[in-house]
Amino acid sequence: MGGKSSKVGTGLRKDFPTGKDGKGTARSNSNLLRSRWSIVIALALFVIIMPFVFPSNYYLRVAALVQVLALAAIGLNLLMGYAGQVSLGHAGFMGIGAYAVAILSSAFGINGALAMLAGALTAGLIAFLVGRPILRLKGHYLAVATLGFGLLVSMTLSNEAGWTGGPDGMAVPRLAIFGFALRGPLTWFWITGGALIIGVIIAQNLIESPTGRALRAIHDSEIAARVAGIDVSAYKLRVFVISAVYASVAGSLLAFLNGHITPDGTAGFLKSIELVTMVVLGGMGSILGSIIGAAFLTILPQTLTFLHDYEHLVLGLIIMGAMIFLPAGIVPSLAARWRKNA
Amino acid sequence: MSISAPLLRVENLSIGFGGIQAVDGVSLTLKPGMILSIIGPNGAGKTTLFNLISGLYTASSGTVHLDGADVTGLAPEALARRGLSRSFQNLQIFFRMSALENVMVGRHLHEKRSLGAHLLALPSVSVQNRESRKVALECLARVGLADIAERSAGTLSYGALKRLEIARALAAEPKVLLLDEPAAGCNPVETEEVDQVIHATAKSGIGILLVEHDMKLVMRISDRILVLDRGRPLVEGTPETVRNDPAVITAYLGSFGTKEAARA
Repeated sequence: MGGKSSKVGTGLRKDFPTGKDGKGTARSNSNLLRSRWSIVIALALFVIIMPFVFPSNYYLRVAALVQVLALAAIGLNLLMGYAGQVSLGHAGFMGIGAYAVAILSSAFGINGALAMLAGALTAGLIAFLVGRPILRLKGHYLAVATLGFGLLVSMTLSNEAGWTGGPDGMAVPRLAIFGFALRGPLTWFWITGGALIIGVIIAQNLIESPTGRALRAIHDSEIAARVAGIDVSAYKLRVFVISAVYASVAGSLLAFLNGHITPDGTAGFLKSIELVTMVVLGGMGSILGSIIGAAFLTILPQTLTFLHDYEHLVLGLIIMGAMIFLPAGIVPSLAARWRKNA
Repeated sequence: MSISAPLLRVENLSIGFGGIQAVDGVSLTLKPGMILSIIGPNGAGKTTLFNLISGLYTASSGTVHLDGADVTGLAPEALARRGLSRSFQNLQIFFRMSALENVMVGRHLHEKRSLGAHLLALPSVSVQNRESRKVALECLARVGLADIAERSAGTLSYGALKRLEIARALAAEPKVLLLDEPAAGCNPVETEEVDQVIHATAKSGIGILLVEHDMKLVMRISDRILVLDRGRPLVEGTPETVRNDPAVITAYLGSFGTKEAARA
């Protein structure tokens, strides 16, 4: 593609916010085919090598947390970045996954892995039931409806103190597989790393399938998607359910990882906003972006603690700066810039 | 001959917006391989008629039959399943996707849509992707866009996007194709390409409804022409009849019509 031909018809660029470089996204999608396994391989290497590099268990714990939140962010990105539907209540599904393992394994003695599966099924079912009516809404209305859903879940978890321990939360029994309790930062670093890798593979499979094309079509023009025969509401519902399952699995892993959960820490409004920020900051429609976004928002507050009272101020400024200078998100914006210079 | 059975039969279709009858009692019949153009001044109701037939609007009265079945009031996706496709006057492009991917979306109804297989990337999915890709490339080649297949749709010229919409509609292998100003924004060479595509498409047995402002193209290409004026059908007939109809000349064609008539 010559420089001359890429100048044709730039007038339409401003109609869609894919970043400064108009030819960015489609190109990165064809790159994605080539680089489809590159994220997976990089993650696998990270999970294998980093335990030897990290100077202390603290790093393993932070990395495990990043991996869990990245999983939830990838699920939300399928909904937001690909299908173009916002959810401001996705932590609600994380809460369902977290409390499913805590309650089922402590009160009913169900194995944690089974409890996690039950949580994922519950989250998927609830997403199916809730999604049917609210996914008809668009834009701000959908945002408020999903926000309401998230609040509903966290309020319920706070109020049902008999089951959940209320706002103070509850302890999560250790996950045991075949009688062996899974403990230690290294074990959980590997488990969460493996879960993230599986999550990335499944998300990429979806994106590169006819379903993925249908979702991206819906994002750009619902009318044209419908004329092409795409059942728009069915596809929105499907991706909503899938993203809810991602969030639920992440919530279950978070519960095991922390050993203690609270409604605010798993299902709270701020948690939902954190997930949305990870997706947007990292880059909508970029799997790698969601991982980077999760890492950014998890690691940065930890490194800024030396600023004491100014920690949140600086964090906010950094996020604002990132969005101003990398408007399409960290990964897509930097990728576009790198291509331009290459 | 079975070919005479109408693919699309519209009877007395009407819709009003706030007291104005945008489309008022329009009827038309489209047979396989036929090109029927709908012309009329701006605001005559051409695009509204397209939106009614393709299910984006619901008619207040009248019926639409597609391939013998009553499809009045069906949603666009249901009509697509029954073989109706269209392009848009105001572009409806998937701007975040490449030209090729835009056309691959047009293959949606012909693709295996098993979500489980898609999530697990079973071998059938890559077979499917290759198949869709192959057909999409053929469709792009038919409209003369093969060499820009991998370009992002957001970087294409208006004329190219118009043809991209045709390629996407063709990819669905429709029985009836509605083209809303396919040659708008096209230079003479591109218009010629659009002309050829429409001709070839009709030859393959697809019935085509065409809204177009390029009168030379309309007169050259159409089997029949329906003239609308303020939502109402004015005249319906061959290009020859329409061109010489005094009511049409005064209502719409104006100087063009008189000049053409004088030349004839």
